[in-house]
Amino acid sequence: MAKKNNSLWTVLQTLVETPGPSGSEHVIREKIKAEIQEHADEIYTDALGNLIARKGTLKEGGKRIMISAHIDEIGLMVTHVDDDGFARFMPIGGISPLTCLGGRVLFMNGTQGVIGMERLEKDEHPELAKYFIDTGATSKADSKVGVGDVCGFERPMLDLGKRVVAKSMDDRVAAAITMEALKEVKPGTNELYFVFSVQEEVGIRGAITAAYGVDPEIGLAVDVTRTGDTPLGVKMEVALGNGPAIKVRDSSFIADPRVVKWMVDEAKAQKLPYQMEVLEAGGTDGAAIQRTRAGVPAGCLSIPCRYIHSPSEMVDRDDVENSVKLLVGLLGKPVSLG
Amino acid sequence: MKLDLKQHLKEMISAPGLSGYEAPIREIIRAAWQPLADEIRVNNLGSLQAIQRGEGAEPRPSVMIAAHMDAIGLMVTGIDEGFLRFMQVGGVDPRILPGQMVNVHATNAEVARDLPAMVVMPPAALLPKDGKSGPLPQKYLLVDTGLLPDEVKKLVRVGDVISFATEAMELCSETISGHTLDNRASVAAVTVALEMLSKRKHLWDVMAVATSQEEVGGIGAKTDAFAIKPDFAIVIDVTFAKAPGGAGIGNFEMGKVTPLTWGSCNHPALHKAMMATAEEYEINVAKELAPTGSGTDAHDIQVAEAGVPVIELGIPLRYMHTPVEVVSLKDVRRAGRLMAEFIAGLPLDFMKTVIWE
Amino acid sequence: MAKNDISTKFNPRLGKKELDLLTRLCNAVSVSGDEQEVRAIVLEELRDFADVTKVDAMGNVLVRREGTGEDRVRVMIAAHMDEVGVMIVKDEDDGVFEFRVIGGVDPRQLVGKPVIIGRDHVPGVIGAKAIHLTTPEERKQVLKVDQLRVDIGPGGDSKVKVGDRGTFATKLAVLGPSIRSKALDDRLGVFNLIQLLKHAPENVDLLAAFTVQEELGLRGAKTAAYAFDPEIGIAMDSTPANDLPHFDGLPNTSHNTRLGNGPAIYIMDRGTIGDQRLIKWLVDSAEAGKIPWQYRQPGLGGTDAGEIHKTRAGVPSVSVSVPQRYLHSAAGLIRIEDELNTLKLIHTALKRLDRSILNPQEKK
Repeated sequence: MAKKNNSLWTVLQTLVETPGPSGSEHVIREKIKAEIQEHADEIYTDALGNLIARKGTLKEGGKRIMISAHIDEIGLMVTHVDDDGFARFMPIGGISPLTCLGGRVLFMNGTQGVIGMERLEKDEHPELAKYFIDTGATSKADSKVGVGDVCGFERPMLDLGKRVVAKSMDDRVAAAITMEALKEVKPGTNELYFVFSVQEEVGIRGAITAAYGVDPEIGLAVDVTRTGDTPLGVKMEVALGNGPAIKVRDSSFIADPRVVKWMVDEAKAQKLPYQMEVLEAGGTDGAAIQRTRAGVPAGCLSIPCRYIHSPSEMVDRDDVENSVKLLVGLLGKPVSLG
Repeated sequence: MKLDLKQHLKEMISAPGLSGYEAPIREIIRAAWQPLADEIRVNNLGSLQAIQRGEGAEPRPSVMIAAHMDAIGLMVTGIDEGFLRFMQVGGVDPRILPGQMVNVHATNAEVARDLPAMVVMPPAALLPKDGKSGPLPQKYLLVDTGLLPDEVKKLVRVGDVISFATEAMELCSETISGHTLDNRASVAAVTVALEMLSKRKHLWDVMAVATSQEEVGGIGAKTDAFAIKPDFAIVIDVTFAKAPGGAGIGNFEMGKVTPLTWGSCNHPALHKAMMATAEEYEINVAKELAPTGSGTDAHDIQVAEAGVPVIELGIPLRYMHTPVEVVSLKDVRRAGRLMAEFIAGLPLDFMKTVIWE
Repeated sequence: MAKNDISTKFNPRLGKKELDLLTRLCNAVSVSGDEQEVRAIVLEELRDFADVTKVDAMGNVLVRREGTGEDRVRVMIAAHMDEVGVMIVKDEDDGVFEFRVIGGVDPRQLVGKPVIIGRDHVPGVIGAKAIHLTTPEERKQVLKVDQLRVDIGPGGDSKVKVGDRGTFATKLAVLGPSIRSKALDDRLGVFNLIQLLKHAPENVDLLAAFTVQEELGLRGAKTAAYAFDPEIGIAMDSTPANDLPHFDGLPNTSHNTRLGNGPAIYIMDRGTIGDQRLIKWLVDSAEAGKIPWQYRQPGLGGTDAGEIHKTRAGVPSVSVSVPQRYLHSAAGLIRIEDELNTLKLIHTALKRLDRSILNPQEKK
């Protein structure tokens, strides 16, 4: 029987439409496992819930490389349900009050709801404490959600042709790219550990433990990064459609210059478009891998993405497909970090 | 060959070596430490480690000396009509930036080049409202290389690092001014210690490490401590000297004293032992208070693996994190001497005394 | 107009000798009120080129270079020797000094800089409190001059006294097509005036004024113009080029001048409305000599022409400047080609000058 092998875009649609905020990754983890397990030499889940798939065995001249894409998304956790059935919440990961108003949510237990807000006085700015979730319940008794229940934002994926929009492109687009690379790559002498990490949004926690366990020689995170190409936006050079972004630094770590060079050289060798990324914010699994044990040279392959941490994150189709090519090229050849 | 301390320090503070990009300074330190070590290695994240083996019977205990070699600086975030936009690597007060001389380490062309340049302020008319008065927010500052825009595009790319380029100056009473005295002054003190120890009998193994990436979170030190697994560690970093406009209790006079830290990151037994050595050799020391922890490599080494006891030494420095930092060569020498005497006097079972009581 | 004799071409270049002179001029400490270091260089350079050299009561160097032929126009050209800087005002002991600023220096440019004090160029720093010891509130305030100090190291040095003047410690550097230095305002003018005297056109009487205290209100120019009593006045200075990009990409409507666009001819500034005949003369000379040129945007600021044109019964005057980014900072920037074209323009214009320029203007 042929191995399961849905196309990248089919896989992506499944991933982005699956709920799974930090700490509640069990559903999406199973979907990923089902899709890739026949392509991996070994697959297991660690103590925190990271899904780890090994392909290739270390041989002379090869390196043990850890690739990390996180499968959790930002979300909300119910902290209180009032007598009228309205649910108050706290954020899981970085939630901006501006993206909440009118949002639709989907709970892990299947319940759906809408986010409402208390009235604002003149000159008052919205903050999370002013919001609540309305699941249609009319009282605490008939509310299908209670304290501790978790939900993510709910939107179907939207294909605009060259651009594709969905919630949780951060980081499901990276997960889809990583899954595709796992299927395509021929490891050669390298031993590749594809880590689908958990709890990145609340402090790269999954990657910290996965890196200690895998104990790699080189680390590569795959994550989204923002762009500077929208009207009067933040000043940043990365733009949608200009190719996969090679991260030089963000607020969580400085990518090892040897890893940056390795990535640039591969992009040039394949004549792929690419851009250099400096992000004055943010953090990725790369920081966790760099700091583990006696230290690991680490970097990050970034997918340019507009409107990060909103329910409508936008990526470029060619950027995504070129990222796969870049990743496969990097992992399938002997590596020497000059 | 006797160490020319002034020359060694001036050479170091004229070399680039930003956090994560320490290669140039590492090579200078390697040249100075190679003749004083049994083995030299570069750790996973770029720290330089010199090993001076002791004469005690194996298994010998080891002491790690950590002095960070990385420097703060800037990084290119964008190119706008030939001008460079930038962000900081490490913490710099933006009020000191306008008019500073810098070097852009440009890597976009076939051959990398260092471009002399300076940080400049655009006129108020070209800025949004919050740039029209008061200290200019850093996001509005630019770097001008004096080259034409087409040339800049060929040579420079996003991510290139930028070092300060102020020339070292000799001021009164054997003081030196320049950039990156934080923390190359401490590296120089370690060189002094290694030179003294190379001529003395010592039982312990000495692992001197010029650590990387301290300014962005003690990352080199944390991973080096994991690799070395020392019995205890000495961290040496610069501290605040009494200075005009300075503030805070406990700032020290330059040229007079070597502060030893007392606080949650430092093991009291080590503090007591080092104080005793200072007294014995009539080395002038003082207690520096760090009640809630230290902002140095000590913070990360202390909690590596199962924990490492740490003692910190300081070198008083004026105007920290500006390109006109000032230190006294006397303080550098004294700190080096104290470390050497302390380590030379360590008995093999010293760790038995490093207990909590 | 007189015969357009530009056959004797003067092609200014910045060779080793010229660069050496410019470097010595820019690296010298000559703050308004004590211009001795530059004055000495000027006097030395001109020993063999002038007919009459005098240092007047203010310290101006006044040089007459007479031409040959009849009915020569007496042209005064002024370039100022002084630069902005600081004066030490209080010795706080142990190598620390309080200071004040001389001339228009933005206090934000002073913080965290190396400086040199006095005739011996004693090195020191203007430090800043470590960032770790500041609060976010504090960092929102501009540090005022009376909060800053010059620090020459503990123990002090008896070579620095109250009353000494000092500047940024910047040394001139060539950066590709540009030069970076302090005091380009107005050592470029001083350099150009020296070159003009060394290659003086024969058809005019050149009255060269190396003035003092321009930065304190055109003080030297006032007495120099009175002494010379010229028929035409030209000020050679440096003017801002604000040709940087707008943060949000909007058009830059206040660039003043642009680097690379050639010498800047003034129409109007805060102190002078340029004589229209002289402005036309300069523009025509530029076109005739195929020299790039630009107008300096009408606006604020001023040059020695501000005093020259009001001397005695009045003197038609005009100003020409080398465009410079970041005036009055530790690191000004000019294009070498702009500097050479400025020198070339003045020389070309002088060679085309005769008395008919002073004919009354036609009504526009």
